[in-house]
Amino acid sequence: MKLHPVANLLVQRIALGLLLLLAVSVLIFAGTQLLPGDVAQAILGQSATPQALANLREQLGLNDPAHVRYFRWLGGVLQGDLGKALSNGQDIASAMGGRLWNTMFLAFWAAVISVPLAIMLGLIAVRYQGRWPDKVISAVTLSTISLPEFVVGYIAMFLLAVKYRVFTSVSMVYDGMSFGDRIHAIALPVLVLVLVVLAHMMRMTRAAILNVMQSAYVETAELKGLRPFTIIARHAFPNAIAPIVNVVMLNLAYLVVGVVVVEVVFVYPGMGQFLVDHVAKRDIPVVQACGLVFAAVYIGLNMLADVISILSNPRLRHPK
Amino acid sequence: MTGPLLSVQNLRIEATSYPPGEPPRNVVLVEGVSFDLQKGRVLGLIGESGAGKSTIGLSAMAYGRGGVRLTGGRIMLNGRDIRTASAAGLRTLRGHEVTYVAQSAAAAFNPAKKLMEQVVEASLSHRLMTRVEAETRAVDLFRQLGLPNPETIGSRYPHQVSGGQLQRVMTAMALCPKPDLVVFDEPTTALDVTTQIDVLAAIKRAIRETGVAALYITHDLAVVAQVADDIMVLRHGKTVEYGTTDQIINAPVQDYTRALVSVRSKDHPEKPATGTPVLTVDGVTARYPGLALDVLKNVTVSLEAGHTLAVVGESGSGKSTLARAITGLLPPLKGRMTFAGRQLSNGVAGRTKDDLRELQMIYQMADVAMNPRQTVATIIGRPLEFYFGLKGAARDKRVAELLDAIEMGKGFADRYPAELSGGQKQRVCIARALAAKPKLIICDEVTSALDPLVAEGILKLLLDLQAREGVAYLFITHDLATVRAIADSIAVMYRGQVVRYGPKTDVLEPPFDDYTDLLLSSVPEMRLGWLEETLAHRKMESAGN
Amino acid sequence: MRRIPLSALIGMAVTGAFFLAAILAPVIAPYGMAEIAGDVWEPMSSKFWLGTDAIGRDLLTRMIYGGRTTIWIATLATILAFSLGSILGFTAAVMGGWLDQILSRLNDLIMAIPSLIFALVVLTVMPVTTTTLILVMGFLDSTRVFRLSRAVAVDITVMDYVEAARLRGEGWGWIIFREILPNALSPLVAELGLRFIFAVLFISTLSFLGLGVQPPLADWGGIVKENKEGLVYGIPAALVPAVAIAALAISVNLVADWVLNRTTSLKGGRG
Repeated sequence: MKLHPVANLLVQRIALGLLLLLAVSVLIFAGTQLLPGDVAQAILGQSATPQALANLREQLGLNDPAHVRYFRWLGGVLQGDLGKALSNGQDIASAMGGRLWNTMFLAFWAAVISVPLAIMLGLIAVRYQGRWPDKVISAVTLSTISLPEFVVGYIAMFLLAVKYRVFTSVSMVYDGMSFGDRIHAIALPVLVLVLVVLAHMMRMTRAAILNVMQSAYVETAELKGLRPFTIIARHAFPNAIAPIVNVVMLNLAYLVVGVVVVEVVFVYPGMGQFLVDHVAKRDIPVVQACGLVFAAVYIGLNMLADVISILSNPRLRHPK
Repeated sequence: MTGPLLSVQNLRIEATSYPPGEPPRNVVLVEGVSFDLQKGRVLGLIGESGAGKSTIGLSAMAYGRGGVRLTGGRIMLNGRDIRTASAAGLRTLRGHEVTYVAQSAAAAFNPAKKLMEQVVEASLSHRLMTRVEAETRAVDLFRQLGLPNPETIGSRYPHQVSGGQLQRVMTAMALCPKPDLVVFDEPTTALDVTTQIDVLAAIKRAIRETGVAALYITHDLAVVAQVADDIMVLRHGKTVEYGTTDQIINAPVQDYTRALVSVRSKDHPEKPATGTPVLTVDGVTARYPGLALDVLKNVTVSLEAGHTLAVVGESGSGKSTLARAITGLLPPLKGRMTFAGRQLSNGVAGRTKDDLRELQMIYQMADVAMNPRQTVATIIGRPLEFYFGLKGAARDKRVAELLDAIEMGKGFADRYPAELSGGQKQRVCIARALAAKPKLIICDEVTSALDPLVAEGILKLLLDLQAREGVAYLFITHDLATVRAIADSIAVMYRGQVVRYGPKTDVLEPPFDDYTDLLLSSVPEMRLGWLEETLAHRKMESAGN
Repeated sequence: MRRIPLSALIGMAVTGAFFLAAILAPVIAPYGMAEIAGDVWEPMSSKFWLGTDAIGRDLLTRMIYGGRTTIWIATLATILAFSLGSILGFTAAVMGGWLDQILSRLNDLIMAIPSLIFALVVLTVMPVTTTTLILVMGFLDSTRVFRLSRAVAVDITVMDYVEAARLRGEGWGWIIFREILPNALSPLVAELGLRFIFAVLFISTLSFLGLGVQPPLADWGGIVKENKEGLVYGIPAALVPAVAIAALAISVNLVADWVLNRTTSLKGGRG
């Protein structure tokens, strides 16, 4: 059976993404198991007795060869078993569940607000290219890009939670909370994430739209005497979808990193906080699991961007 | 309504240039240009790059590309001054009264929309006809322009049709809303010469049958002579000469026009054979890595010392690939090559320093053939240092001699490539090749990117150097006028094969093979009526078969 | 001489001031770095220009030493990232073939994990010392430099003048250092600025998370962490290092922007 070239390409991309994820799992495992530095030593500290170290190594199965340990770990992961935390013996998968949901909730709202806003601002900047709205937007985004996420977080907290008590400085969420309360609680972290992602996304959206607007076919449309709105909607937009989607996906990846920091700033019980806490405790199974989840989300977003740009490419959809 | 359709008086066009590190500067692109265009007439605008011909053409739509401003004069279209018209007023006239055909149809079509949608778009948006009417008209135009499958070609996407076809669809798009005036901006320049003649004929027929007026912009006087009623010769944004096509071609008044008319008629007498080949290529077959297609098929040619072999063909014929095979950049799969009596190793890596030194190359784009961060002295001096170990004063002296040889003078030694004109850049590249004291120079389309008069100067220089230094040229080109001006022998290439090969006079004399006939007869000649004669001749021949 | 725009001049001046303060820290700092000189969270005064921190140390002194640490680590990490990334990138571009394939795929793999996450994973097992931080940051960031320098070099290697040099018989050394490098320098210098900013933000973030520079040493991110409790009581001590990070990043950005603009205008556009 002969597949349509697009289907063929899509299958290829998805297979490539899965392969990449597998390679990433090797890298993460290697990063924690093979680097200089002894895991048992890392857990017990410098003062541990040799006997205690030997016992722990035995208990963790550290005496097996690396590839055996990797496949044991991978086998577990594939069955949804992420192992047990070293620090408290809890099952990682169940501990992670609720937090993953919290993080998704946070990231979802940040994305819902920032994506349309970034595209709109990008359009405005292109429409008024070189004039004051463009310059103001450029200056503001340049400053936000130059700030680390936690700084944006504390400035927002200082202004909106301490000076003018609009929001709380700590984002407490718990089971059985009403939807409205939940939204109010995450308002500040969402605001910060939006600011952080928006700047990058808007700058790149602007460049992508500008690129399309300078193309010869937009000039052709202009010389047909079409209205500016028609030109943008009919000629610029269909060709700008792929680059914009790419930009959006690429920047949603910033969310993955931004979320880690923002959760720590606002003491929000999500994946990021979970990861940072366990890095400090040197709880390797948890860190491995979190790293894998974050990398999976990141690779997934990039894969989605690829898929959408393949689908929106007329050369691929309608081959010769 | 009486009076001309388009009347341009004392046009002035300016733009702002942004030289690096300096404050922005105003440049005048066009100054004091005036002309009238009557209904149904065709005016040719001709000039070299930078003459302002496209800028003037677009001014008929009151359009300035990328910050270009129409700052003075009057542009009257159908009795209204459009230079000062409002944006809304311009929208009603663009795509309705005046339409545009761009040089690169491939870039000018929206890749995401079907052709038909784009062809009828202006007619619909200006409410000139219903969709059914517009599509019927489009199909008629497709047929008139000689497009294959006129009923269905509209449902294809731009990337699904060839360049020559796309250019015709673009012409149909311009004619669909029944405009009064069409601006053709170099519509055949990007096409191969055998494709060009058909597109040119189609455009000419469409202009005549629809009775539309046209501004036809091109750098090729022979092309414009076939379609225009009047011609305006432009240089540096000013009018050089303006008259009927007959007067411009047959009785030019200005020196510049005279030079343009005579530039293609140079002929170089063929040198007698000597029998000592400097290069032989024997049964060479080559393909690009990863592609299952031979781009060179069993090519056999040879070149005598001090002679010029012209390799002629259209894009994709394999002529540049032959150069890459000889230089060793693309090692052949089969065949052997000898150079200066020695067996030539297939790849660059296996060649001796003498092989490399005695076989030099000059490129089409002198811009990218020179490192922009090196001065002329470094560019020419490096081969002297590398091959002959010349240093310091000895090197400087030789660089000065070479600069003299290319008629530039040692004042240019400290300049960077960006500070040279197109012709000067190509001369420096020639000096760099000469510095190695080569036996053979491969010239890959070295005059194609240059304006005709500059190109003529380069050809003359190459001939002088050959007479003085006895160097042989392998001259790759698609332009038959250039071949006449420089070659001793010719190889015609088509789809990777040499289809005709021999001394110049033999190759250019009948009887021809089919392809050479097609190629030779497709080259526009600098006289009125050439297009009709050729087409009539071809029709007769095909009827005879 | 080309005119330098005002924004670039300001950028250079501020960047220069930060580097100077970092180098001269022991000379210009009014107190010792760990010296408890006053009360907890004193306001700004003539004695303590920026006030004091959570345990009564002079904030200005902490800032100067913190800047020294931040700039030092960021600079070394950037140098490492650049040497590693650009050498491998150029080599991959010039050599091509399987070497290019291996290096590029490996690079893609490392870039498939967000830098911060990768760093956190590695820092779980490695002892957190200044050296480790520099190595980890430099290594992770070299992937970005690799990608850029390879792309820039690939663009240049296809130029006819590089082909001309190859046909002349020049060796790899001449081709990389005389033909490619001079033409790749401007985009790489602009990138250098951006990578440095990224390194500053990265080390600050790590320290803020408590996984970067460890006490008694402090950097700007660490100072934010030490003083973040004060924010809740309306004491802006934590915002001072935040402002410093932003000021340094913006000023380097201004310089990088200028270098980049100069490069693009050298290539020339339409008109």
